[in-house]
Formats: sequence, structure tokens, C-alpha cells
Amino acid sequence: MRLAAYWGRQGCAILQPYDLEVGAGTFHPATTLRALGPRAWAAAYVQPSRRPTDGRYGENPNRLQHYYQYQVLIKPSPPNLQDLYLGSLEAIGIDMGLHDIRFVEDDWESPTLGAWGLGWEVWCDGMEVSQFTYFQQVGGHDCKPVSGELTYGLERLAMYVLGIDHVMDMPFNDPDAPIPLTYGDVFRQTEEEYSRHNFDAAEVAMLFRHFEDAEAECARLLDPELNPAADPKTGKRIVMAHPAYDQCIKASHLFNLLDARGVISPTERQAYIGRVRALAKMCADAFVQTEAGAGEAA
Amino acid sequence: MADLLLELFSEEIPARMQARAAEDLKKLVTDWMVENGLTYEAAAGFATPRRLTLSLTGLPEVTPDTVEERKGPRTDAPEKAVEGFLRSTGLTLDQLERRADKKGEVFFAVIRRPGRPAAEVIAEAVEHAVRNFPWPKSMRWGAGALRWVRPLHRILCVVSDEGGTSLVPVEIDGIRASDETEGHRFMARGPFRVAHFDDYVAKLSAHRVVLDPEERAHRIWHDATQMAFAVGMEVVEDKGLLAEVAGLVEWPVVLMGEIGAEFLDLPPEVLQTSMKEHQKFFSVRNPKTGRIERFVTVANIEAPDGGEAILKGNRRVLAARLSDAKFFWENDLRRVKDKGIDGIAAMAGPLASVVFHQKLGTQAERVARIAELARDIAPAVGADPDLAEQAARVAKADLASEMVYEFPELQGVMGGYYARAAGLPDAVANAAAAHYRPLGPSDEVPSEPVSIAVALADKIDMLTGFWAIDEKPTGSKDPFALRRAALGVIRTILENGPRVHLSNAIARAQWALNGGDKPAHERFDLQRADLLAFLADRLKVALRDQGVRHDVIQACFDLGGQDDLVLLVNRVRALQDFLATDDGANLLTACNRASNIVRIEEEKDGVEYSMPPDPMFAEGAEEAALFAALDQAEPAIAEALKAEDFTAAMAAMAGLRRPVDDFFDKVTVNAPNQILRRNRLCLLNRIRHAMRQVAVWEAIEG
Repeated sequence: MRLAAYWGRQGCAILQPYDLEVGAGTFHPATTLRALGPRAWAAAYVQPSRRPTDGRYGENPNRLQHYYQYQVLIKPSPPNLQDLYLGSLEAIGIDMGLHDIRFVEDDWESPTLGAWGLGWEVWCDGMEVSQFTYFQQVGGHDCKPVSGELTYGLERLAMYVLGIDHVMDMPFNDPDAPIPLTYGDVFRQTEEEYSRHNFDAAEVAMLFRHFEDAEAECARLLDPELNPAADPKTGKRIVMAHPAYDQCIKASHLFNLLDARGVISPTERQAYIGRVRALAKMCADAFVQTEAGAGEAA
Repeated sequence: MADLLLELFSEEIPARMQARAAEDLKKLVTDWMVENGLTYEAAAGFATPRRLTLSLTGLPEVTPDTVEERKGPRTDAPEKAVEGFLRSTGLTLDQLERRADKKGEVFFAVIRRPGRPAAEVIAEAVEHAVRNFPWPKSMRWGAGALRWVRPLHRILCVVSDEGGTSLVPVEIDGIRASDETEGHRFMARGPFRVAHFDDYVAKLSAHRVVLDPEERAHRIWHDATQMAFAVGMEVVEDKGLLAEVAGLVEWPVVLMGEIGAEFLDLPPEVLQTSMKEHQKFFSVRNPKTGRIERFVTVANIEAPDGGEAILKGNRRVLAARLSDAKFFWENDLRRVKDKGIDGIAAMAGPLASVVFHQKLGTQAERVARIAELARDIAPAVGADPDLAEQAARVAKADLASEMVYEFPELQGVMGGYYARAAGLPDAVANAAAAHYRPLGPSDEVPSEPVSIAVALADKIDMLTGFWAIDEKPTGSKDPFALRRAALGVIRTILENGPRVHLSNAIARAQWALNGGDKPAHERFDLQRADLLAFLADRLKVALRDQGVRHDVIQACFDLGGQDDLVLLVNRVRALQDFLATDDGANLLTACNRASNIVRIEEEKDGVEYSMPPDPMFAEGAEEAALFAALDQAEPAIAEALKAEDFTAAMAAMAGLRRPVDDFFDKVTVNAPNQILRRNRLCLLNRIRHAMRQVAVWEAIEG
């Protein structure tokens, strides 16, 4: 909440989480697609993120298959972005005079999104509390201007601020409330169930089928011949970059589930990543044609 | 004379790039200046996480005037040619001089360039350096097009002399140079002005920045060792980590903390690797227990609580990391503990589906080959064949352990722990731990017989395999570290002294690669010969530091069949010693002379003078003496060689020197009498053959 208030004060639009399963806040179209094209942008939001292979049945003190990221994207990246970021740490109660904050080289690359950037992981007393990235490419397109992206792992940050060692022990509401709830009360059950589901139970044949459906639908939506989809009033073609990107997100999550089920060999893995990247690239190509992407459709 | 101070102030530069960048900045700026006539006396480059700094002293105020003369076309050349010359020189026709030349009258351009103010050249040099900086990776930011390693914020560029300080007018993509910089990010915010380098260093220090990376490293090491000493412990030295940590802070503050008691039983290598990789901590060892019991971390701030909060945070992160490591360690141990070879085999099971290299099969197949080869090599290195085979089968099991999956650099080391936990013999456990060694030129080689057998088998299989699929190192490319493997073979043999016939070992590795068939194919012979030649090349590199001559190695290797490195090196050393004597140097000359004469005459006559010469035709005392000397030396050399006594072989050869010299002095080889001539040519050939028992002398550089 304090992060949202802070970034709101810095002029970011405070958005809501995207309503599809994503692996990280970066997948939200407010980051992936909006990092493209020339238009200025500033947004911040919480994004529940799912990483099927990280499930530990709720036992690991800081590894979860479902967790929350706080994500900020500002385009073009302002010259004082580092100071703005440090301000956000102060806003959540980290005293820079007492704690050791460090920017340690960490280049970011997402092979599934065809994206990369340079930046750091930010350490607070030796713990990674954020990722700080200057996007250079998304979906194979050069980012012009460059966006600055900040990602906070909310559980970790909260554990740090509250001084708690196991994520499940963290209070989720006011510990003095009539019904005090911990993170574990809210999420232990789901972590157990989803860990089992992701590793052992999810139906492989169905996942493969759904992956191919999503892949085909993404391509179909963007194919101008199969899908002219003109606006009935103006006759202008509507490029469906966002609906197609939804399919790309789905394909990516299905791939992650298949990976967790252990049915993708190392060589196939590269091929699947390449297929998702091809979708991301098509969506990026489409987005830059739209009005929001300041392309021809504008 | 003036001094220049240049600072490029940016967001945090990756630690691994800083040292190189400071050097690159120095080179780019000074090269440009010198090319443009601006000299300097001394240059020094520095880097911190947020700045690259260059200090130059002894600059003139202006560059000297220059005169350049350029010869042009003849005065009667076509107009086009003259126009082109005018364009290239920037002069007009009446400014050209006409001079007489061998070929007639020719235009000459005399281009006078007045000296330029130093500041102008510096400004160009700075812009050139910033725009052409060779960062390993660079980026754009905001809406700009400039590339730098991370966003560049300020350029400080001032020239100073006794008269004061002046700004150098530089502006690059909206960043205008000034005389301002900033201090420590947290402890001294806000910009300040500087006048010259000494002022800059002093003010930075007051603003909590140590400019010189070496000084930062020195302070860290000093404080860390003092702190450890105070509690009776010692810091584990790690130069790479020290340089990296010095590149992560502008104001190093060393803190020491304790490692939780529940983690102290982890192997020291695990503690060390986990702390270094994840946290960039130094390990602190208790010499009494041999365990790693504390850590040293380096903070970037002086906190009012003396670093308590920082240490507490670091301890907590460390505990989380070590919990992971402990989890892996205990899982791995559970699988092998007291289960003997079966436990290890179970751990290694997944290697059957791990591809080593697409064309060289799985890790399991490779292990089977190494086991076979280790068994073969064992007798030569004094190892028990059964143990060597077992050790080879065990050595790579840890590649399937959770710990090595997390920390690949612990391969081998963990294998040793797991083999011991499984209850296997020490020789086997030690071989698992040591078989990757030596990991670099300064790393120790394995020294126990079983370890030697496995280490050699591992490397020979690797070399043979990559030679078979033609993935040899080329130029600077050696992705499979085959040069290191070859050097490992050489050092392991030379430092332990076993007599291994590498050609046989490689042949066995080839058979193993081909499913046990003995391929008699010519291709395999060629590959084997090529690999041996590669090993000989690496041997030259390996022995260069010891003053062993590469041509002498080549001369011995060229004899053929030289695949026993111990023998080869003994021969090389004896020969090199011999060449350093008067007799040796003389014989080398004589041998070359004999070879040359025989070669020339053979070419002339179109025949080979390889028949044994007949002493019956010897005329005069010198020729007869040579026959006698050869009769004596030949069997002596052969016998000495058979006994592998190269010093004796050289001594026997020394006996030839006088008779050979006398022969050349007194006897005419190309005598008019054809019978005598042929006999003498055959005699020269005999000398050559006698000496060729020891080396191919022609390969020795005179």
C-alpha cells in the first residue's frame, strides 16, 4: 500500500493486477506492450505471479509457486530513477543511514519475451530486494525511448521489514485483530495443493493441447487475411494486439506447467521457449501498429 | 605545464568491468591526444562503482606547429589529377609549390598547421573516448541515443596550472562538462567543486569515497585480517573476490559475523562457495578446528549502530542460503550414506540420460570409457587396476547430486565427500575429489596412484573424443578447455614421473569411443598423431618457463614414437645441456654441414648415398680415424639410449667431434675419383645417422 501511495505521488498510474496467470509482473501488458513504441508511460501495480517449478509445498521459508510482485514501469526512464527508487525504500521504512544498499550488476533477459535489459539487483544488507532494469529490447524491438523497470518481491520485502524468517509466519492482517491471520493461514493450503498439482497431477496431454490452441489462436487473431476484423462503423482495421497477447501469456504459463511436470527435455525446452518467443514477437509487431503503440493505426 | 582531471560519473558500473574500463579510458584519451600532437608526462586511471577517472600531468598549453609536405602530380598532369590533389590538401593552386623532380616538375603542397590550444584537443579526445568506449555491454537510457555501461550523469573535465583552473568545453548529448562531482551516495549527498587532482582526491575522501581501487582492496584486506586475528582466526585468501568487493563499494567498511552453529558441519568448500557466490563474503577459518566459522562482509556505509543492523540482515540472508545448502547436502548424504558402491551408482543413475556432448554420447557412456582406460593406465602409474576402475566409475557421480547442480564448481570435491560417506576406500574418494585437477597452471596435480590413473583417463578420453569429432582448439577459441586438459596430462605425468605410453592410451580411448572395436583405420592413426603433436606443442609452452628450448623439444619429438613424456623430457634436457657445450655446438654445425652436402649431392646425382661406406677406401689418417670413431660411438650411443641414459649417449657423441672436425678440415668430400667421392658421401650419411639416434638435428635452430 505504501509503495502504491509513493509511486502514485511520483505520478504513476496505479493499475490493477492482470487477470491471467503470469510468471512475473513483467508479463502484464502494461509492461511488455507499453514498453514498446514512442509514447510516454508511467504505471505501477501489484501482480500475483505463478512459477510452477518453484513450488515447495509451503515448506521453504522463502520459495513459493504463487507470490506477489510490485512492478513499476516509467518510459522514458527519468534521470533520477535511482533516487526515486531509493525514495520508495525509505517510504516503506528502510533507513538508508542504517542499512547497506547496493546496486549489484544483474542483466535481465527473458528468452520467452525476446526481451533484455541492463541493470542491477538491489541488495539491502546482502538481501536482494528488487530488480532494476533499463529495457533495451522487447519482443525483438529496440526500446526507443528506454523504459526503466522496477520489480519488488513483496513477500521478501515484507519479511525483511517485519524481521520474519519464514514467509508462512508473516502476519497477513493486524496481529491484534479479532481474527489474526498469517500468510500461512491464507496460502499454506494453496501452496500444498498447487505444488502437488504442478509437479504431479496436471494432465499433460491436455496441457500440450491447450498450448497448441493458444499458439494457433494468437497467430489467427493477428493474421490480417484470416481475420480482417474491421471496425463496423469506420471500416478501419482493428489490430488485436492485446487479445493475441493474452494467448501468448497463456501459452507461456502452459509451458511453465509442462516444465514443472518434467515432460520437456532440455532440447525440447529450447524449442518451446522459441515458440513462445515467436508469439511475443508477433504481438509486439502488432502492438507497434496500434494507436497506443503510435503506429499506423493511430 | 598543465594537468588534466577527467571524471565520468555514472550509475553503478559492474565490478568486473571497472579495472579494464579505467585502462581503456586512459588509452583512448591519450592515444587521441598524442595522435593530435598533444603530449603528456604521466597518466593514471582509477575506477569506483560510480566513476571512471583519468589524471594526466605535464601537458603543454598548445600543441606545436606542424608542417607537412605532400608530393602531388606533375605540373603537366591532367587537370582532374591536380584538382583531386587540391581537394585532398585543402589548398588552392597558387598555394602549391613547383619543384623539380627526377621525372620533371612536380607540385608540392606544404601544409602548415598552427598549434592548437590543448583544451581543444582534450575536448575532442574526451568526446571520442565517450562515444567509442569498448564496454563489454552498453545501453541507452531515457530518450537519448548515447551508449554507456549504465546512465552517464556528469563529466568533470578541468585543466589546472599555477595560474588556476579552467573548464574544458565538452558537451556530449546534453551532458555539459563542469568542475563538479558528487561524493558517496548515502553518506555525502550533493555536488561539490574541485580544482585539480590532489584537491579532487582529498575532497572525495572527505565525501567518503576512496578513489583508488587498490587502496580500497588494501583497506579491506587489512581490516579483515586484523579482525580475524583478534579472535585467533584467519581469512581465507581470495584475490578475485577481493578485487570484486573493492569494486562494489566506494567506502569500504569491514564487518565480521558468526555462522550459525547448525551450519558448521557443512564441508568447508560448501560454506566457502555458497558465501562467496551468493553473498560475496570472505570465509574466516579457525586454524584450531580447520572449520570455517565466521564470515567477513564489506559494507558501503558507516552506520551509526556500528553495522549491527547490516550484520543482522546479512546473517539472516546467509542462514537462508545455508539452509538451502544444508538441505542439498543432507539429501545427497542420505542417498549414499553407508551404501557403498551401490549408493554411488544410484546417485549416478541419471547420468545415463545426461548428454555430455551430442556427438560423444551421455555422461554415463563417458564414465564407462574412462573406467576402462583408467584400468589400462593403472599398472603404469602404480595403481591397483580394480581400484582405478572403481574410482573412475565413482568420480562423476556427484554431477547428479543436488549440491553440484546448485554449485557446479564443487564437482569433484563433493564426489570425494560422498564416496567417503558411502564407505568406499580413501584412494577412491581421493581420486573422485582430485581427478579434475589441475584446474589451472597454479593448481596442484593429483599425486596418489589411483587419482593419477583417473585424472589421466578423464583427460585423455576428453582430448581423444574432441579430436575424433574435430572440435580442436583454434586461436583464442577453446570452449571445451582442451588446452588445459592437455597441460593437465603433461603436468600430471612430469610431476609424478610415471612411464605412460600416451599413444597406446589414446589408441585405447579411440577403441572405447568406437564401442570396443579396434579401428585399424588410417583416420585414427592421423588423429592420434595430430593429438600427440598437440601435446608436444603444449609441452613446449609448459616447459618454456623452465628455459627449455622449443626447437630442442621438436628435434626430439620428430624422431617419432616419442609418446613417453618422462623419457622425452629427459632426452630434451640432456640434449639441451649438450648443445650448451663446445662439443655439442660444434657437432651441431658439423651435422648440418654433412646433411647439406649429402642433400645437395643427392639432388645433383639423383641417387641416395645411403649405402654403408667402406673403410677400405679411406685415404689418410683423418678419414680412417673417423671410421674408427664411428665404429666406437655408434654402439655406445645405441647402448646408452637403450639404458635410457641420455647423458652417456651425449658423451659418446662428443667423442665424434674431433674426428669429424678433422675430416672436414683435411678431406675433400667431392674428390675427382668417383669411388672415393661416393664413399665419402656415404660416410657423411653415416655420421648423420649416428647422430639421428639422439634427435633430428635439422630441427634445431643454429
